[in-house]
Amino acid sequence: MTELHSQTLTELAIGLESGDFTSVELTQALLDRVAEHNDKLNAFVTITADEALATAAHADAARETGSGGVLNGLPIIHKDIFCTRGIRTTCGSKMLENFVSPYDATVVEKLSAAGAVVLGKSNMDEFAMGSSTETSYFGPVRNPWNLDCTPGGSSGGSSAAVAARIAPAATGTDTGGSIRQPASLTGTVGIKPTYGRVSRYGMIAFASSLDQAGVITRSAEDAARLLGVMAGFDARDSTSIDQPVPDYTLSIGDSIKGLRVGIVREHFDAGLDQQTGARVKEAIAVLESLGATTVEVSLPNLDLSVPTYYVVAPAECSSNLSRFDGVRFGHRAEDPEDLLDLYCRSRGEGFGDEVKRRIMTGTYVLSAGYYDAYYLKAQQVRRLIADDFKKAFANVDVIAGPTTPSPAFKLGDKVDDPITMYLNDIYTIGANLAGLPAMSVPCGLVDDLPVGLHLVGAHFTEEILLRCAHQYQQQTDFHTACPEAFK
Amino acid sequence: MGISSFSGWEVVIGLEVHAQLATKAKIFSGASTAYGAEPNTQACLVDLGYPGVLPVLNEEVVRMATLFGLAVNATVARRSVFARKNYFYPDLPKGYQISQYELPIVEHGELFITDGDGNERRIGITRAHLEEDAGKSIHEGLGASSGIDLNRAGTPLLEIVSEPDLRSAKEAVAYLRKIHTIVRYLGISDGNMQEGSFRCDANVSVRRLGQKELGTRAELKNLNSFRFIEKAINFEIERQIELIKDGGEVVQETRLYDSDKDETRSMRSKEEANDYRYFPDPDLLPVEISEEYIEAIRVTLPELPDAKQQRFVNDYDLKSDAAAILTTSRALADYFEAVVGATDARAQVAANWVLGELSGALNRENKGIGDSRIAATDLAGLVNRIHDHTISGKIAKQVFEAMWEGEGTADEVIEAKGLEQITDSSAIETIVDRVIAANPGPVEEYKAGKDKLMGFFVGQVMKETQGQANPEQVNQILKAKLND
Amino acid sequence: MPLDKDQVHHIAMLARLKLSDEEYAESIEKLSKIVDFIDQLSQAQTDGVVPMAHPLDAAQRLRPDAISEIDERDAYQENAPAVSGGLYLVPKVIE
Repeated sequence: MTELHSQTLTELAIGLESGDFTSVELTQALLDRVAEHNDKLNAFVTITADEALATAAHADAARETGSGGVLNGLPIIHKDIFCTRGIRTTCGSKMLENFVSPYDATVVEKLSAAGAVVLGKSNMDEFAMGSSTETSYFGPVRNPWNLDCTPGGSSGGSSAAVAARIAPAATGTDTGGSIRQPASLTGTVGIKPTYGRVSRYGMIAFASSLDQAGVITRSAEDAARLLGVMAGFDARDSTSIDQPVPDYTLSIGDSIKGLRVGIVREHFDAGLDQQTGARVKEAIAVLESLGATTVEVSLPNLDLSVPTYYVVAPAECSSNLSRFDGVRFGHRAEDPEDLLDLYCRSRGEGFGDEVKRRIMTGTYVLSAGYYDAYYLKAQQVRRLIADDFKKAFANVDVIAGPTTPSPAFKLGDKVDDPITMYLNDIYTIGANLAGLPAMSVPCGLVDDLPVGLHLVGAHFTEEILLRCAHQYQQQTDFHTACPEAFK
Repeated sequence: MGISSFSGWEVVIGLEVHAQLATKAKIFSGASTAYGAEPNTQACLVDLGYPGVLPVLNEEVVRMATLFGLAVNATVARRSVFARKNYFYPDLPKGYQISQYELPIVEHGELFITDGDGNERRIGITRAHLEEDAGKSIHEGLGASSGIDLNRAGTPLLEIVSEPDLRSAKEAVAYLRKIHTIVRYLGISDGNMQEGSFRCDANVSVRRLGQKELGTRAELKNLNSFRFIEKAINFEIERQIELIKDGGEVVQETRLYDSDKDETRSMRSKEEANDYRYFPDPDLLPVEISEEYIEAIRVTLPELPDAKQQRFVNDYDLKSDAAAILTTSRALADYFEAVVGATDARAQVAANWVLGELSGALNRENKGIGDSRIAATDLAGLVNRIHDHTISGKIAKQVFEAMWEGEGTADEVIEAKGLEQITDSSAIETIVDRVIAANPGPVEEYKAGKDKLMGFFVGQVMKETQGQANPEQVNQILKAKLND
Repeated sequence: MPLDKDQVHHIAMLARLKLSDEEYAESIEKLSKIVDFIDQLSQAQTDGVVPMAHPLDAAQRLRPDAISEIDERDAYQENAPAVSGGLYLVPKVIE
């Protein structure tokens, strides 16, 4: 039998059902790996060993009576942005260092109801603002493929833990690429569903019209299984869409013959590292070998997607983060002189630099005299970008390209210049602006570091993306590659 | 202060009303809106602005706003948008208030008031929009701290904004009373100014007659009774005029009304030029209202105060004033009509009793018509006994008081106290004879021409009969006997 | 166009953020770069384009007017830094 930690979620589910091992054994094995490896990676903010083992025991009992859910006894990790009742939720920030939520996020509820075992809360860029997990109050996360490198962000802890075989799956959130970019940089699968597909209730808000919850796994099949549990209408989220959730695992086995794959003319330009481009082209060739056809498409407003994002996201976050004022929860400055001091110091002390910068950017673009030129303008450009995608999808089923312009960069490399960091998201951001489902799939190595193939679909076509990815993974084994130190 | 015009000057007033909508639950959460609960026991996670929570819109507020829009002849927007109004204050947990900005749910309405000269004036209603209320701050008893109670946070408000069409404090009050009546008629707000479910702010400016530009306006807040509103506005008008006359400039600011001193004071800068950075709330989608929905709500509109008032004038032959007072609340109007429906007497008589004795009794005990100790049908019963001459109007007042004290219906009281009017002519004659015999002096004076003494004789007869003799008959018989 | 100190102070005040002198200096520099970057948007041709506030073309769902929350004050106030008599405390506000 393959080592427990190397198995995918799907394989583990079979193993549990067959009685090859118990959930408690599996959970303990992974907790041992956490203890062994977390120091190197710093992937966790909170490890919930006792709770995990208790849930695992429960799951084993449920299996005896056949009353377990579809994820019965399977271990996962939650990005520390999801509120978990009774367990600290920090959002990677000093502001919420000791915040214990009195309620569970819908995503947490659903996965727990299905029987999942939660190993802990993963480290992340503070308030999900970043592409390298370097802005976390709890220190950066390291990439299992090269400990000097970033695993990406903001779901860096989740992606590192999955890549290092510490957990078979982890939840993440994606606002501008925060699931897909780390997945690409760590050789894992990351999916961000259609906006409104998964409830945002309990997911601490960064940019409300862009945020979506998703999952990081080691195979498309695993992602299909988990997404099926996480997705669905939630009356507590006004932006949640009431559409039935298909069983994503059913259609992934179908052929992609005749699938029309769009290749974006603007993608393969100077900003893309040559080797990374090569890996992506090879991946597309595999799709073609499976019967897909390629069509050139154009997204003419692509280069405006990053500045658009950096108006919309900060604007929304500047408002979303106003609730952190030291009054009802969160960090409070000591001995405030007056109300103004309470606010300014609590927030000044509680938030890190990047968060403060984005709050100020957002405040600026919404402020009197600037609203039209920035916020309103950005929302107009956003529509142009969404329309570009709409036009493209008239002729293709899926758009394929690189997830990131290059493999993982060294920690500390881009911290000084915000713009260089922002440009990391150039391929992923469009899907958030248009609310489209998108995923990253490992497609090879560049200088011993993974890169990902990016797939985008029209609204509610997660099935097509997962099928495309799964068929690709039947032909390739990039997704099974493991960094040497974590085998 | 009875002056309603300041010669040489024109007053321009715009009014904002925040009416709390009488829903069970809050506008964006399922917490209760009931008044008077222990602090923070009705503030759920959404109201507290906890991380990760989201707003979901209460359908009842849409119905209520639509109803209001239809009642004031306004356009109900097919599509309206919630926007965030961003500012920091402890009673605002999210650091923003969810309101409506560019696309409110109701626009371009109107209502009609009667001006000082009795003419009908049309006052424009610019807009009415939905928003959430903030919490409350307590500043006393906590030492160097203020305490925040968020029970009220998230209670639905309808903010109603008038065009700056009002020209005097009296008009302002008339407009506000009208809005107050309408929202209560519609059942969308209880309009309780003491409890804060009906709040008025006034924007007041002055300009010299003939001046085109509007003067700088001051916003008056903390106006929690109609009486105070009138006084505050008048004070402010005078203040501004004096200021300009003295060569000063009116500053755009918020001023609080101090009812003890009867003056307005500048508020210590809570606002400091707030930039609210409005933008559409991304957690909420646009509210879409169909034609069908609007029509379905329209058929539920009750008869509105103006129409009811007119109908009372037409159908019941009442004066406009009386009809206006009777229609200030639906409950009072319904009570009145119930009385009318149960009596053969003229509606005017019923009106007199409702507006007179009944209102007097209610006011003395600070009660509303809903707490009347005499039911409408019972009051009608009393009116009927006057109408059929069982008792006189004067005796009826006695009966009324007994009924108010719970002694029974009109008939029961009349019977118990033996108050039936004496209409037996021979009985009256006997008493008249006695009175004439007992007062030879006045009789002579009367016969000599002092007609005024008839009142004295009538009084004597009434005294002897404890007021129960039928006054017309007493008069008749006295005249007949004295003119002999 | 770079932002000046007054602008950054104003923004920090609106956002209720206390910054150190170094943070101010860094903010002025970095925010100016960001503003330069987002100024690219002015190049876009957007006449007549309807702004997109949401990726979804959907309308707000309504929920029934019913009380669905109970009093959980004690549980919620466990996270509160300063409470007294059920009230959240802040430095005294003078109105």
